[in-house]
This record gives sequence, structure tokens and C-alpha cells, in this order.
Amino acid sequence: MIARLTTGVVRRSTVLLALLLGALVAAPWFVNDYLLTVLILILYFAYAGQAWNIMMGFAGQLSLGHAIYVGLGGYVAATLFVRFGVAPWLGLLAAIPIAAAAGAFIGFLAFRFGVAGVYFAILTIAFAEFARIGFDHWDLVNASSGLFLPVREYAHNDLWRLRGDPTMFYYVILAATVVAFALCRLLLRSRVGYFWLAIREDEQAARAAGIDTFRYKMYAVMISAAVTAFAGVFYAFFYNNLFPEQVFGISRSIGIILGPIIGGVGTLFGPILGAFVLTGLAETLNSVMTAFGLDLPGATQVFYGICLLLVVVALPDGVWPPLARRLGVAEDGK
Amino acid sequence: MPLEVYFNVVIGGVLTGLVYGLMALGLSVIFGVVRVVNFAHGEMMTIAMFIAVLAFSALHLDPLIMLIPIAAVMFVFGYALQVALINPFIRRPEHTQFLLLVALAIIIANTLLIIFGPDARSVQTAYALDSFQLGPIIIDAAKVYAGAAAILFTVALFAFFRLTLVGKAIRACADNYTGALVVGLDVQRLYALTFGLGAACVGAAGAMLVLVVDVTPMLGPSYTLLAFVIVITGGLGSMPGALVGGVLIGVTEALAGLLFTPSAKSMFAFAILVLVLLFRPQGLLGRRLS
Repeated sequence: MIARLTTGVVRRSTVLLALLLGALVAAPWFVNDYLLTVLILILYFAYAGQAWNIMMGFAGQLSLGHAIYVGLGGYVAATLFVRFGVAPWLGLLAAIPIAAAAGAFIGFLAFRFGVAGVYFAILTIAFAEFARIGFDHWDLVNASSGLFLPVREYAHNDLWRLRGDPTMFYYVILAATVVAFALCRLLLRSRVGYFWLAIREDEQAARAAGIDTFRYKMYAVMISAAVTAFAGVFYAFFYNNLFPEQVFGISRSIGIILGPIIGGVGTLFGPILGAFVLTGLAETLNSVMTAFGLDLPGATQVFYGICLLLVVVALPDGVWPPLARRLGVAEDGK
Repeated sequence: MPLEVYFNVVIGGVLTGLVYGLMALGLSVIFGVVRVVNFAHGEMMTIAMFIAVLAFSALHLDPLIMLIPIAAVMFVFGYALQVALINPFIRRPEHTQFLLLVALAIIIANTLLIIFGPDARSVQTAYALDSFQLGPIIIDAAKVYAGAAAILFTVALFAFFRLTLVGKAIRACADNYTGALVVGLDVQRLYALTFGLGAACVGAAGAMLVLVVDVTPMLGPSYTLLAFVIVITGGLGSMPGALVGGVLIGVTEALAGLLFTPSAKSMFAFAILVLVLLFRPQGLLGRRLS
């Protein structure tokens, strides 16, 4: 397994990855609280984007409603914690199957009935909206008034119950991102991964070649949903509050998928790079606006939108593929 | 509840649904021909709604009079958009088009936020509180005007596509892209015309919708979603389908608001969408998908 993880990696990319990882591990000693929070946000989007990329980047199934898996993961773990005192890591054991089951349900309906392309994308939005409105009216999870996790002063970091200072959360999400990255690489190098790529490139040809496309598309949705569920658990315990409007909203789904699209759909490093670019851009714009004393609501977002527009016009494949070529770490043309 | 309450609500739903239908028609025309899903559809409608609000508050021009000018402005906007940004994206993958239009939606919504601020705005016409009474049934006058205008606009568009040469050329592009190129149609210009027409539809719908709802800069996404629901329910690319879908969703929302809580009303719309996608993916009036 380790061999599969490392074979075919250009030495230069190993070195660069090690440098990046080293910098990220060391970061909490060098950055202030604000930057640490930004880094947490970046890694959160990198992780969630990586999870989305499994479905879209590898298997070619465009999900525009990925917030549903974030929301389900967050709500399951948070509800178990608030109501029954169940630790989040145990809650995760419930959140993952529930998110995967939701993914399986959506995937089954869509793939069985031949809903594909744009229609599939809109179906995923519909289910996310469905969940949003449902949770908005569900009293067990405090409906629209939101679910809050108890916040107290902690003498020490409690990793088991995920209660503590930002540095602990930073290392948790960093570890998760590394695991997700390795998992995606393993998947891409596996039989399933090759089948996914075949389906992404030409589904009919894949079927003609004897691939059970229904089954492998189901795997893609379920694995993607399961991986995304942890993002929800992390979100809930880091921010300590959940509102259906916020976690399930379409803007959340868009937020998750912008990173990998900007970074490069279907690439391993794209979601990570995209998260750095986008969150970095948003925060920089915010600081610049504040520095210039401009307090115009919406102005930052306008610039953000213009930057998105420029990137998508100039770099249709995302930022990573051309950058990878320039760094000399492109492998298999990726 | 007395029966006439239901009648009132259903008729109100039908009339609002006609306006929804016109809005969705814009999306349907664009997708049916250009094959691009306009994720900035709701935002384009908010532009039209703000123009209507501005024209009313500054010049006391009634939104129904402004209907045609607003549609014309939005036509130019849509045409320019297609020429400048979307034409190069026609052959690109769906997620890239999605990103382009989402970026556009973000820019539009936040530009409106900068100009108009976050508060809800509305148009208080002289007939805002008027109503027609037919026996026990009471109907808002504003909704009747809006519904009637929506029908007229749709009929005009329908006639354009059926009777004029340009309309036929656009339909030819939709049916067979390569064929249209072969016979020498200027596909890029026809796409721009189509996007302009779609924008004009949503512009006209926005001008009428200000009669019944308040507008905020962030109204866009929920109407984009609503347009998706309607268009898929009625059948993508089917013009009567968009109106039928609009009416169906309008009535569903109105009844759900009456029988359950208004905040849950769009849940029923999405339930209808899911059912249609699963059991009749081509939509109620759509042609069978190949």
C-alpha cells in the first residue's frame, strides 16, 4: 500500500510536498491567532474540496449539493454530543454511515433512473435544499434557531471530545487533509480509480468495456459523502454552532466546490491549491479594504467575483496543471 | 376552512405562477438553445426588479409600463454577456460554465448590494391594495395584471420563435448545431440573440414580480433555484412547459403556505422536482430525452 502511494512520484514533488507539510506543521509557532484561523479555514476547504473531487474530479459526477453531507455529518455528531454526551469521534462513526447512506440514496435514484449531467447536478441541489428546509423545521435539532455546542473555558485541550484551542483544531484538520490526500492518491491508483476515470472520460465506452458503471458511480458518491461527513463534524465542533440556513445552503455547496475547480478538477493537489488561492484571496481583499478604510458591504465580494471570472477565463483547467508543469512535478500530464 | 379560501389561494398561486413561468421560460430558452445553465438567472431578475423600483421611486413610472423598457435593457445586457463572456465557453465542460456564471452572479448581487444597500425595497402602486371580486372569490388586482402581462409576453415570444425567420433559425441551432453551421447560420450571433431573449423574459418577469414581492440584492439564488425547479418540471426547452411548470409550482407554494407553514413551501416545490426527475425526466411537457 505504501509502495502504491509512492511509486511514480517525481522526486521533486516529494521534496516540495515535504517542504509544504513541514511549513504547515511548523506554522502555529510563527503565525498569530488570526492567521491560524485563516489556515484552519483553508485546510477545511482543502479537505472538503478533496472529498468533492472524488465524485466530480475522478468519476465525473457533478454534485452541486455537497453541503448536504457536511450538514448531515455536523448535525449527527453535534446532536449526539449535545443530547447524549457522545464524543465526536464516536459521533463520526454514526455520521459517516448516515452521510454515505444519503449519498447512496441520491446516487441510487439518479443513476437507476438515468438522471445525468446537468439534471444530476440540479437533483443534488434539490436534495440539499430539501435537507435545509427539513432541518429548519425539525425540533430535535432546534430547527431554525440553531444547534449550539456548549463552550467553556478549557484548562487543557481535550482531543477526544474536540474541545480546546485553535491550535488543536489546526492539527486535527491538517491531519485530516493529509489523510484525505493520501486516500485520494490510493484511490486514483487503484482498480476503482481507473474505472472512475474511464467513466468520467466516456461512460458508454466504459460500460462497453465491461465496467459496472452503476456500481462504481455509487462507490464514488458514497466514498465522497463519507469523507465529506468529517468536514461537517469538524465544522460543528470548531464553530460550535449549526444553522440549517448556513450549513445546508447552496452558497455552502458552492464554497466547497470553488476551490477544486479553481485549483484543477481531477488533480490531487488542485483542491489544496484552490483553497489556498481562494481563501487567501478573500482574506487579502478583506485586509486591503480595511487598510484603505473602505467599509462598503459587497465590495470585497465584487472583487472576489471578478478574480474568479479572470481565473476561469484565463486558466480553463485550473491553476494547478500549468503550475505543476512549471514546477516540473507534472506526472502523467497532470 | 371555507372553500372560497382555497379558491382564492389557488387563483393567487396560478397568477404568481404565470410570472414564475415567464422567468423560467428565460432559463429554458437559454438552455434549450445555448446549452448553458444560467446560474445567474435569479441575479439577472434582481437587476430588473431594482430598475423597476428605481423607475417607480424616481420617475413614478408604473412597473407595468416599464415592462417593455426593462425587457429591452435586459435584452441588451444578455446579448452583451453572451458575446463577451459566454460564447467562448460554449464548448467548455459544465463545471467551468458553472464557475463562470457563479462568478457573474456574485458580481451582480454584490454590485447591487453596494448600490442599493441590504434593505428590502418595494413598489407601492395605487392599485396595490385593489382587488377584483367574483362572487365570494377575491383576487389581487396586481396579480391579475402581472399574470396577464406574463401571458402576453409569452405569446409574443412564442410567435417570434414560430413565425419569424430569425426565430426559426434559432430553433435550427438548438436542433442541430453542426447542421446550423453547415447551412451558414451565424450561430454565435443567434446564441447572443437567444441569451438576450432569455434575459428579456426574466427582466419582464422581474418587472412584474416587484408588484407582489419585495426585492433585496440577495434575492437571486432562491429564484435561480425556483427557475430550475419550474423548468425541469415543465420540461427543459419546452415553452408551454415552462408556463405549466410555473403555474404548478405557484399553486403548490400557495397551498403549502396555507396548509403548512409559509417557510416550508419551497420544500414541496423540491419534492415535485425530485419526483419529476425520477419518473418523467424529460418533464411534464418535454420531449423524450435521447
